[in-house]
Amino acid sequence: MLAMVLAPFLQGIINRTKAIAAGRVGQPLLQTYYDLSKLLRKGAVYSETTTWIFRGGPVIGLASMICALALLPFGAFPALAPFSGDLVMVAYLLALARFFTVLAALDTGSSFEAMGASREVTFSALAEPALFLGLAALARQTGTLSLTPMLGSVSAVMWMRAAPALSLIVAGLGIVILAENARIPVDDPMTHLELTMIHEVMVLDHSGPDFAMIQYAAALKMWLLGTVIVAIAVPWHSGHLVLDGGFAIAAMVGLAVVTGVIESSMARLQLLRVTQLLIAASVLSGLALALVQR
Amino acid sequence: MSALLIALLSFVVGGIGAVICANRGRWPTMVGVAGVLIGCVCGIVPAVRVVLGKPPQSLRMAWDVPYGSLFLNLDPLSGFFLIPVFVLCSLAAVYGADYLEAYRPKKSLAPPWFFFNLLVASMVVVILARNGVLFLLAWEMMALSSFFLVTFEDEKESTRQAGWIYLVASHIGTAFLLVLFILLGKANGSFDFDRFSTSSGTGLLFVLALVGFGTKAGFIPLHVWLPEAHPAAPSHVSAVMSAVMIKTGIYGLIRVMMILGAPHAWWGWVLCAIGLSSGLIGVLLALAQHDLKRLLAYHSVENIGIIALGLGVGTLGLRAGLPVVAVLGFAGSLLHVLNHALFKGLLFLAAGNVAHSTHTREIDHLGGLLRRMPLSGAIFLIGAVAISGLPPLNGFISEFLIYLASFKGTLILDGVSIAPMLATIAGLALIGGLAAACFTKAFGIVFLGQPRSEHAERAHEVGLAMVLPGFVLAIACVLIGLLGANVVNSMATLVSEVTGLSVPIVRMSLAEAAHSITFVSYTGGALVGVATLLALGRAIALSNRSVYTDVTWGCGYAEPSPRMQYTASSFAQPLTDIFDSLLQTRRVLIAPNGLFPKEGSFATETPDPYQEYVFRPLFHAISRDLLLLRPLQQGQVQLYILYIAVTLLLLLLWQLA
Repeated sequence: MLAMVLAPFLQGIINRTKAIAAGRVGQPLLQTYYDLSKLLRKGAVYSETTTWIFRGGPVIGLASMICALALLPFGAFPALAPFSGDLVMVAYLLALARFFTVLAALDTGSSFEAMGASREVTFSALAEPALFLGLAALARQTGTLSLTPMLGSVSAVMWMRAAPALSLIVAGLGIVILAENARIPVDDPMTHLELTMIHEVMVLDHSGPDFAMIQYAAALKMWLLGTVIVAIAVPWHSGHLVLDGGFAIAAMVGLAVVTGVIESSMARLQLLRVTQLLIAASVLSGLALALVQR
Repeated sequence: MSALLIALLSFVVGGIGAVICANRGRWPTMVGVAGVLIGCVCGIVPAVRVVLGKPPQSLRMAWDVPYGSLFLNLDPLSGFFLIPVFVLCSLAAVYGADYLEAYRPKKSLAPPWFFFNLLVASMVVVILARNGVLFLLAWEMMALSSFFLVTFEDEKESTRQAGWIYLVASHIGTAFLLVLFILLGKANGSFDFDRFSTSSGTGLLFVLALVGFGTKAGFIPLHVWLPEAHPAAPSHVSAVMSAVMIKTGIYGLIRVMMILGAPHAWWGWVLCAIGLSSGLIGVLLALAQHDLKRLLAYHSVENIGIIALGLGVGTLGLRAGLPVVAVLGFAGSLLHVLNHALFKGLLFLAAGNVAHSTHTREIDHLGGLLRRMPLSGAIFLIGAVAISGLPPLNGFISEFLIYLASFKGTLILDGVSIAPMLATIAGLALIGGLAAACFTKAFGIVFLGQPRSEHAERAHEVGLAMVLPGFVLAIACVLIGLLGANVVNSMATLVSEVTGLSVPIVRMSLAEAAHSITFVSYTGGALVGVATLLALGRAIALSNRSVYTDVTWGCGYAEPSPRMQYTASSFAQPLTDIFDSLLQTRRVLIAPNGLFPKEGSFATETPDPYQEYVFRPLFHAISRDLLLLRPLQQGQVQLYILYIAVTLLLLLLWQLA
């Protein structure tokens, strides 16, 4: 619930960080909310070429994110429905959302959107092993297959015992998160050239409420994957529900700032290099597995 | 048992009946289809019952053939493999009745229906047979009848070539099986499966089974016949071959592993390695294909890989004494057999609709078919989501079980033995990602966008008889996705038989997985619910606002044409480039030249690398060396008599010495 309200805020923070780094004042922190509410109040334009797939894409994308959020814990709050193996389910819900976003892009018959779609499936297919190896390392480290106890059991003590493995996991998953959320160095959410984009170009033809759903789903996805990394990187358990929640929110803001700094300090990679980056992520996760000790 | 015998009789009568009334218009079709339908309805009831825990039934009769006996047995494993055979064959027969109708003016339909009935009957006997001779006989009948079905359009050179490759590959596989059964039979003095007991040399027997059955199943590098035979065959035949016939290879492998008893650890390693390579290379080759049915054929290789991964993980779990890993691995693998039968059958039938309606299978010539063929498009989409292993459909459930098995293995195992588990996890993830890429390509380019050729422009929806079978399969995919827990729980007897673990242990492990799968299904249901709410919300929001249609945003370009759309090859290009060392794609580029270039073209082709670089040179070498024997064959009778005499003399000498 909290996530659903706060998620767009993260993008405000990232953008503000980037603005400060670039010496600009930047858009308001709540800009994403303004955008969403404006889009929701607008009508829609559909391409003549499209079918119901095009209209289904944003709906399924957002629905998958909402369902995936229900499986993730936040701070000391457990997930709505934790079960053994829910990490696989979450990863595949993201894949489902991607599947339909890609199809919606192909539905327009536009070469630009198809190009973005092609890149999206390429990079996500390569990111998948890194994600799963990272999760497997974490599962082995914590001895459970459900995200709630898994993320809950990472602690300062565990960091002292298994710092190398955990930091490799964080690094591997960190790359996956940048790739999955279409951030620099994989994709540039700010570019205005269709040819260079991945995620933004796929949704070029969506408008009005459809586009609002897509933007909101993207914000939720950022939040979702951010939660995982924050829970591993900054494990704080005071035992107090509200305190932990507040701390987790602060940590998420921290993550957004870090993302903003990464985006400001480096350029987008050449598309061919992205492949190497993603394979490197798999290698990091694989190494983490080798280092896991119980 | 009697119901199954009636089913067999019905197939045979249907087949022969089709030949008898060969010249009577639609009669052969009606008789053939009726034979299949009646047989399948009779057969499915006992098959389902035995899987659900009814006691096995058997039938044993003497037979004049040396070492042979008519020994049939219906146990849970046989029943489980029979279910998809009956489901798929009956639906494919209904579909084929309409599909083949277009050929009637040119060709007699009696042979295809005769061989179709024969194929169904032989598959049933293969799965039921418990005698080596009977098994091999049925196995051979299955190969031959499907060969004649593949070469239905034998006026085409490519079809004859495909049939030839299939025939050769099949028989090489059978040769290994022959050796396997002779070894087993010789050691035990009988060819009946229940007399087989082995203590030594199981490794060799396992390898023989792996090669022999692997050829039928399509393990890489023995898969070369699949991408040739599946596209050449009529679509309902490709559906049956890909969905159920290649599974008899998996069935045989599991059956032999059960006969061989306690597995060695290296079997698991080998199965995992085969699974990984088949899965990965299969999906990559699929990604590089331009022919819709060839693409689907390579996906069969991929899915057989996933099935082998499950078997491998299960075997390792069994070996390591981890019942949970063993049970989940085998259960996932077996469930994937059923699931793959459903969605691959569905996809081949839908692809058949496309080919039927547009007269082309070239993906890059299609486009925009969802508007012209809404029903076929919808079922293809369901198949595409299912085969990509995405929730909430059935493909996810079986892959989830295999994930669960290998994750559990990762938690418990230590040292080197953890490696295959991790390889399975990473491999499944990569295969899943690539399969999604491949099916967004297949569905997106074929059914979405604008038509890329006149073929696609003139497409129209096909008749009801060709859509309904696909719908039934689509519903089955959805149901298994939503009722996955029930399905998994009901597999207890079956998995207990295969793993040799006691039923309570199996039941416990399955119940644990089923608990997770219940939540998977709930999440799937929630997904559908949330999506419906969102769609409703949007509909209400847009109801009194301006909603209009316009052309697709072309970045300001004024004259877009359908030919400028992205093609399937360009969509797959980043991935095929990355894995080019495995694919060896050929590129033919005629670059435009000068100020006003007249011509320019670019074509890529990805022939099967194993066919190109392993088997073709090998068979060339064999046929070249065999030419050396040519002088022996002079065509003079006297010379041949001399050969006979010399041979006899030599044999006599050998006997004396």
